[in-house]
Amino acid sequence: MIRDRYRRLLSHVIVGLCGLSVLVALVPLALILFYVLSQGVSSLNWAFLTRMPAPVGEPGGGMANAIVGSLIVSGLGAIFAIPIGIISGIYAAEYAGTRLANAVRFAADTLNGVPSIVIGVFAYGIAVLPFRQFSALAGGVALGIMMVPLIMRTTEELLRLVPTSLKEGALALGATRARAVFTVVLPAALPGILTGILLALARIAGETAPLLFTAFNNRYFSTDIRQPISTLTVQVYTYAIAPNEDWHRQAWAGALTLVAIVLTCSLLARIATARMEKLQRGS
Amino acid sequence: MLLSKARTDEFFFRGITGAFALLVIIGVVAIGVELVRESRLSIQEFGWQFWQTDTWNPVAGQFGARPFIWGTLYSSLLALLISTPIALGIAIFISELCPAWMRWPLVFLTELLAAIPSIVYGLWGIFVLVPFVRSLEVATPEWMRAIPLFSGPPLGVGMLAAALILSIMVIPFSSSVAREVLKAVPQAQREGAYALGATRWEAIRMALFYARTGIVGAVMLGFGRALGETMAVTMVIGNSPQINWSLYKPQYTMAAVIANEFTEATDDLHLHALIEIGMVLFIITLIVNMISRMFIWSMARQRKPRAAAAPPVAAKATA
Repeated sequence: MIRDRYRRLLSHVIVGLCGLSVLVALVPLALILFYVLSQGVSSLNWAFLTRMPAPVGEPGGGMANAIVGSLIVSGLGAIFAIPIGIISGIYAAEYAGTRLANAVRFAADTLNGVPSIVIGVFAYGIAVLPFRQFSALAGGVALGIMMVPLIMRTTEELLRLVPTSLKEGALALGATRARAVFTVVLPAALPGILTGILLALARIAGETAPLLFTAFNNRYFSTDIRQPISTLTVQVYTYAIAPNEDWHRQAWAGALTLVAIVLTCSLLARIATARMEKLQRGS
Repeated sequence: MLLSKARTDEFFFRGITGAFALLVIIGVVAIGVELVRESRLSIQEFGWQFWQTDTWNPVAGQFGARPFIWGTLYSSLLALLISTPIALGIAIFISELCPAWMRWPLVFLTELLAAIPSIVYGLWGIFVLVPFVRSLEVATPEWMRAIPLFSGPPLGVGMLAAALILSIMVIPFSSSVAREVLKAVPQAQREGAYALGATRWEAIRMALFYARTGIVGAVMLGFGRALGETMAVTMVIGNSPQINWSLYKPQYTMAAVIANEFTEATDDLHLHALIEIGMVLFIITLIVNMISRMFIWSMARQRKPRAAAAPPVAAKATA
């Protein structure tokens, strides 16, 4: 009897601990969001979004150049990564089971696990050293390398979710494999792939480490992809570690902007996924 | 005629998509090759000595990387120690205990933790976590300070702050994989346990035991993440290369030294030494990730034959 009561008690205790661990993880999340919001909102204003950084020692100014820079570098990354990711994803899905398909899947998983700082070092070696010049382009290369495995795996998984009867129908009508894939299977999976791209963009837009010595930083407004460029993340880092109250204030505003971008992207992706699931269930 | 067109078409389709797939593989290999090539000066100059000496003095041209390896491994292990029970608790709660309506919001919130950029963690770390850790350190009673683990000045920045922030960042990764793995445990395992009169925890323990390899894989995956994490750690660990057990002392990690010194490295030897650190970081994370994936895979494989074996048994029962 006593043993029985002990077992039941132990069960309750552990169930309680599991619930508690959820709370323990949610506390830092709430704290981070609270601080980013409360510190960021007070310094986030129109000037921050539209002005250039003020000269050292002068208060005010903004991060307009960094916001544009982040868009440019992430965009360059997407331009590199989307074709490579989607087409290699098609191979992995269409020729699943072949040695090359297994190898590319393995390579993508490996690439996904490579620390972002190492990707930065690699991008420095192939896109900065040969030209002796930090550039937005090199930053785009670094971010693109990080995006490829994300896009490839989503493409592959979504292509496999498309019912084979669709493809078989196209093949039965005399379409070649390429035609069946590009006109029937890929369009069916496209909404999901776009969602995956959005999520990948959200992730790389928040990256700092691979940009430190590829895109570097720039105090001025620049849209030249051959020149160093300022990005939101690197700018937040520079301001955060500098001993300057006004810069700290701006770093929080930058962090709020970043979190807002990342959250909007993931929320959009989530809504799109939910809607697609509903559609699939409905049909 | 028609057939041959289809055949060339297939040839080009396979060739072109295959070329892109090959490109991804070449890319990964190229990372390794490039890292070795760009660190050759340091490899030639120091050899294994590089990993056995503790002095890091770029001005004098002395480069010993042992403190960085120590800092990376120590901070990641501490983070694992803190995050594993919490991550497992979350995975169990979401997959086994919570009502269905709570599942989706909880999954979303834990994923949010993974979506926050690491620079934001770092900023929060500098201005919120570090002062908090400092007040903890100031409040440490004298007898506790005598223990080497808690010795050192109350700076706030240091190993403790780094381990704490890393553990927060790792939780969503290990808990989401652990959740997937628990989902893969057949319901019959739990039902069997309940049928034998098990309590809720005893049934969960059965499921955990069944999923053990996958759970080890989940924890290792989190470890791989922690090893490579750069920005947040750089901002709170104090960046001082020393090998020390103390949680209060500032230390340094491999990723952090690359982030801090890369653009300031004026001579080639310094740059090559930093890239060599990057190369070893690459190799370590590669190994950790491979082992973790092996564990998770073996879990997935183990499930399949059983699922395939199920229908005949059911058929026999109905007959």
